Amino acid sequence: MADYTYTLLIPLIPLFMFLLLGLTGHKMKPVISGLIGTSGLGIAAILAYATAIKYFWTAHVAGTPYVSIKAFEVSWLHLTEKLTIHLGVLIDPISVMMLVVITTVSLMVHIYSIGYMKGDPGFYRFFSFLSLFSFSMLGLVLATNIFQMYIFWELVGVSSFLLIGYYYEKPSAVAASKKAFIVTRFADLGFLIGILMLSFNTGTFDFQTLTDPHGPAIASLGGAAFMGMSVLTWSMIFIFVGGAGKSAMFPFHIWLPDAMEGPTPVSALIHAATMVVAGVYLVARLFPVYALAAPDALHVVAWVGGFSSIFAAVIACTQTDIKRVLAFSTMSQIGYMMLSLGVSGFGGEEGLGFMASNFHLFTHAMFKALLFLGAGAVIHAVHSNEIKDMGNLRKYLPITHITFLIACLTIAGIPPFSGFFSKDEILVAAFHSNKILFAIEYIVAGLTAFYMFRLYYGIFWGKKTHYHHTPHESPLVMTIPLMILTFGSVFAGFLPFHDMVTADGKGFESHIDWMIAIPSVLIGVIGIAIATVMYKNETAIPDKIAGTFKHLYKWAHRKFYMDEVYLFVTRKIIFRYISDPIAWFDRHIIDGTMNGIAGMTVYAAYAVKGLQSGKLQQYAFVFVGGTVILVLIFVYLV
Amino acid sequence: MIQNIPLSYYLVISTLMFFIGIYGFLTRRNLITMLMSVELILNSVNINFVAFNRYLYPQQLQGHFFMLIVIAVAAAEAAVAIAIIINIYRNFKSIDVENVDEMKY
Amino acid sequence: MLNQVMFFLFGAMIVIFSLLTVTSRKILRAAVFLLFVLISTAGLYFALNYNFLAAVQLTVYAGGIVVLIIFSILLTSHVSERAVMAPFKQSLLSALATVAGATLTLMTILQFTFVPNAAADPHFNITDVGNALVSYNRDGYALPFEVVSVLLLAAMIGAIVVAKKEKMLKK
Repeated sequence: MADYTYTLLIPLIPLFMFLLLGLTGHKMKPVISGLIGTSGLGIAAILAYATAIKYFWTAHVAGTPYVSIKAFEVSWLHLTEKLTIHLGVLIDPISVMMLVVITTVSLMVHIYSIGYMKGDPGFYRFFSFLSLFSFSMLGLVLATNIFQMYIFWELVGVSSFLLIGYYYEKPSAVAASKKAFIVTRFADLGFLIGILMLSFNTGTFDFQTLTDPHGPAIASLGGAAFMGMSVLTWSMIFIFVGGAGKSAMFPFHIWLPDAMEGPTPVSALIHAATMVVAGVYLVARLFPVYALAAPDALHVVAWVGGFSSIFAAVIACTQTDIKRVLAFSTMSQIGYMMLSLGVSGFGGEEGLGFMASNFHLFTHAMFKALLFLGAGAVIHAVHSNEIKDMGNLRKYLPITHITFLIACLTIAGIPPFSGFFSKDEILVAAFHSNKILFAIEYIVAGLTAFYMFRLYYGIFWGKKTHYHHTPHESPLVMTIPLMILTFGSVFAGFLPFHDMVTADGKGFESHIDWMIAIPSVLIGVIGIAIATVMYKNETAIPDKIAGTFKHLYKWAHRKFYMDEVYLFVTRKIIFRYISDPIAWFDRHIIDGTMNGIAGMTVYAAYAVKGLQSGKLQQYAFVFVGGTVILVLIFVYLV
Repeated sequence: MIQNIPLSYYLVISTLMFFIGIYGFLTRRNLITMLMSVELILNSVNINFVAFNRYLYPQQLQGHFFMLIVIAVAAAEAAVAIAIIINIYRNFKSIDVENVDEMKY
Repeated sequence: MLNQVMFFLFGAMIVIFSLLTVTSRKILRAAVFLLFVLISTAGLYFALNYNFLAAVQLTVYAGGIVVLIIFSILLTSHVSERAVMAPFKQSLLSALATVAGATLTLMTILQFTFVPNAAADPHFNITDVGNALVSYNRDGYALPFEVVSVLLLAAMIGAIVVAKKEKMLKK
């Protein structure tokens, strides 16, 4: 077994950078802090690539399945024999893949931010938070047991909160960061319940023990049943609830559009490529338990994913803020990943869904980060987020234009870009398992192509030539990450994922199923064509269609009123009927008791004070009276 | 002489005088009348001593001398008390006991 | 027979005059009633054949202390001033305490039967008393005598210092 202890450095270097920049960043010149943060991530990225090469090729004997290796473990909190919390590093195919994804995207975002955040007064703070986030996310994927994952899960939530609320003087940003944290925290309640149920019934937190196909967790199928499903299934559903919150699945998606209040590099890193896939990663990590012991939970996962993807795709067609379009696009693509996991089986060919989900995660990280960074360049050039303030930018921003176009083609599933390969595998997996879900995803593929190209044409084509100041291309430090990510999204499709990342570690043969591939490409092309007709030149067609489907358009534009529903439930129901009575109880009865005790003490003190009045005859009276009473008691009554 | 009157009669008289003196001490407002009530109390104690000495221990003189000493103490105490009362009168221009209540909360 | 009459007379005088002392409105009358109480007490002592003690009572108590009290009354208040009586609540409570105490004490005393000593009635003359006062034998009372003299000295000095006029100090 090769030695992977050096992988401990991968999360620890960003942690060290966070502390360094956080404590001393204000003393150094801004660009120095940027370089320090970037170099830290750079070293982590190099180590991650080295680990990947070692794990997948050099240290691996061909033909054997990939095993999960515990590179490092230390017992952190020992409460009883059963309740011990370890911290450690777990190396296995999906965690190594995630290492590569996270460090690459984070490095690109770091380099990009040196240019994007230039001139901002909180420059060093931004980089320290980015390093904190990188540390948290790396810790999450390298977790050896579910409790460590929960700890880093919360840390990721905190970093997201800090980064969304980076412009803390803007009330909307503060509100958005609070919303993100509260919604994900609420979902994490489900996660915690699931963890407790799972570990109580199986006796362990450790992933290797839980996911061992011959191990005790999976063998102990069920046990007590509740409402028709076993305890294990319920706990896996609760754990999925936590994942759904972090991955912005319906109904916990409301925080993702608002999270676009943060700076665009943040949106690229956290809300496109890494944090939002944490939920997918969680299900993938516990996939053996889901697939072998709790298949009903997988149905829930698949349907939630499918519904979220079509829900988000419909809304994205009507949004006018470019970042919000991309946010809903992210939600839709993550729905794809969840659905793919949900329809997957376990061993060999059955595990196609698992492999496809992780493949799509990998490629999606590349092209979504590219899209967001490109959008950031556009916003940087025109100083606005709305499509109506943009147009005809292909003349002014050539590099951004080309990279954005390639990313749009990728997400639409056009070969030979990587999106085609990963999306195609998902459609194949869905087709072989549930035709309705396949149909949903097929429609979503078309909608995806449509709204992405609607966005593309709206930004880069059209006749708008009137700008206050001429938009200029971004500096090199911002365009180089774009180019690197483009390279990734073009060529990542050719990686042999079916050999590397599978549900049970063994590779399987995979080929392109032309019966599915051709229709999927076709609907992508149809979507692009419709968007070209409607949006390439400014026409009145979109308004006419919006007029015909007035109600559907209005509902989709307002995001199906989900925010209003949530506000209604919290304000009118929870606040009024639960929080207010409890607050009243706390203020009047609990505080009232304390105040009452204090008040009684004061009253008693005033009463007793009267005893020392200075009046001689009163003293004598007390003396005589007391003596009489004492005599009465001791002589006659005792 | 003493056979006709049992000891308890003397004790009754002294008890009554004692408690009347206490009542006076608690009720009177003038400092000098309070002093007079104290003298009543001390006097009742004297009667007690003398009666016990006469009835129970006629051969011994302890009751005698205790009574003499109590009289001496009463006289000394009355003198000092009157000196204090005169001082109070100088400061407050009245000898009402309600005036001397400064040592309070 | 005469004995009993004298006893009841003196006893009644004591109780009545002491009541009048504590309830009289005029201060000088209270002082005079006190004088009568003390004289009646001396009478009781005479009836018990304790002549020396009665004489001391009359001399020191009735003659010295009451005169001192009358002087202080004259010094500190108008002679015919009507004294202010205590509020009703105070009187009531004190009366209650007093009556309760008196009842308790009387009940305790009267339960106990005292057996008088049947020895002969001794006659102490003044020589015996005088000898006992200054003798330092086992039944001599020289030590209490000395202690009382120290006390009298202290009282004398204290009274003089407390009652001194302040003007003298300033000179």
